[in-house]
Amino acid sequence: MIIMRSRFDEQLNHLRKKMIEMGAECENIIALATKALFDGNVEEALRAKEEGIKIDELEREIESICLKLLLQQQPVAKDLRIISAALKMITDMERIGDQAEDIAAIVATLNGRVGDECIYISAMAEATIKMVTGSIDAYVNEDLSLAKEVLKHDDLVDEAFISAKASLIKMIANNINDGEYALDLLMIAKYFERIGDHATNIAEWVIFSVTGIHQQGG
Amino acid sequence: MSNIITSKDLCLWYGDNQALKNITVDIPEKSITALIGPSGCGKSTFLKTLNRMNDLIPIVRIEGEVCYENKNIYDKDIDINELRREVGMVFQKPNPFPMSIYDNVAYGPRTHGITNKAKLDEIVEKALRDAAIWDEVKDRLRKSALGLSGGQQQRLCIARALAVEPKVVLMDEPTSALDPISTSRIEDLIMQLKEKYTIIIVTHNMQQAVRISDYTAFFLLGDLIEFGETDKMFSNPKDKRTEDYITGRFG
Repeated sequence: MIIMRSRFDEQLNHLRKKMIEMGAECENIIALATKALFDGNVEEALRAKEEGIKIDELEREIESICLKLLLQQQPVAKDLRIISAALKMITDMERIGDQAEDIAAIVATLNGRVGDECIYISAMAEATIKMVTGSIDAYVNEDLSLAKEVLKHDDLVDEAFISAKASLIKMIANNINDGEYALDLLMIAKYFERIGDHATNIAEWVIFSVTGIHQQGG
Repeated sequence: MSNIITSKDLCLWYGDNQALKNITVDIPEKSITALIGPSGCGKSTFLKTLNRMNDLIPIVRIEGEVCYENKNIYDKDIDINELRREVGMVFQKPNPFPMSIYDNVAYGPRTHGITNKAKLDEIVEKALRDAAIWDEVKDRLRKSALGLSGGQQQRLCIARALAVEPKVVLMDEPTSALDPISTSRIEDLIMQLKEKYTIIIVTHNMQQAVRISDYTAFFLLGDLIEFGETDKMFSNPKDKRTEDYITGRFG
């Protein structure tokens, strides 16, 4: 006889929806920071801060949903993995928000100068947004192959970071007056690289929630 | 860790009704094994086959084997009294005898021929200490066991089981009739007992299985579906039916 734990299943669905929402906010904030960077738009950069607040609130909300579920439902097996994975994932999502905010904060100090002088950074921005979207989709749809694809993407981000660094060193060598600007861009590139790492962590927790095995890559 | 009990292709029928189907499992010694599954799945029946309690039911027929310390307990030359001394049992409802606390515990040793008062005193104290009830009853050993609370009565029954120095203690839902505090005391006790004894416990309380057991066996409709380390089974069960049962989506 099949018994549906309908109240519990509803609560799990609510958790999934909130995870999608938080994931979408993370994509948003990276997009905002990126746009601000390439448009040299300080206002956009300031909006990223507001987004960051939303992400922090969602982290607290999801945390309390998870704690309530652990307390009320005493989940085991897959239910337990879904909830404990969510608890770990939101920490990485919150860090993604912080790092996007940090990128925006640097943009605000670039005095209108834009970031397109380093093509690798835009590649990194694009790839990290894809990774965040992919990892959350993989969680919600329990899609193992998508989660594994996210892990592969991180290698591209890491390669782009190395290229960005080399090109920024060249920029300084060509014109010493660009030193500060180049260092700012290097920090931005590093933040994108960290965002990629957090998305990787998220994908690893997705794999855990589906298979019960947590592999740690990096 | 070696296995103290092993069953091989164990089948059991109540009349025409097959209650156990080819149960093959090894129970490691000095560990706690939980038997779980929905009502009527065969877990209590399996528990009772381990010290031949099913012999008392005339329509029962058994095939296959259950080895206790490598000896098939269904062989003809087995001394059932000796088997039940080594493989003791505690039931769902505390069932103290209507006699004093002391006599309840001394009952088993006396039936096995111990009459020396000093020896009996020693056995009774040790059993009551092992069952974590000595401090509560040491000043009223001659009083009736029926005056104890439900939780105390159940610990007394555990002491009574321990008094004959068993190696294995079978427990059939030993806390289902107790309040949460008594339940928690019995659970603590069971975990202490595994240093000296092998415990096999039937429980309907999934969280209890998670809390106290090292191994879990999941039964369904007379089949043993999955047996393994409790931590692994409750975090990542191998069989879909186990997953559905323990997550409360089947039963």
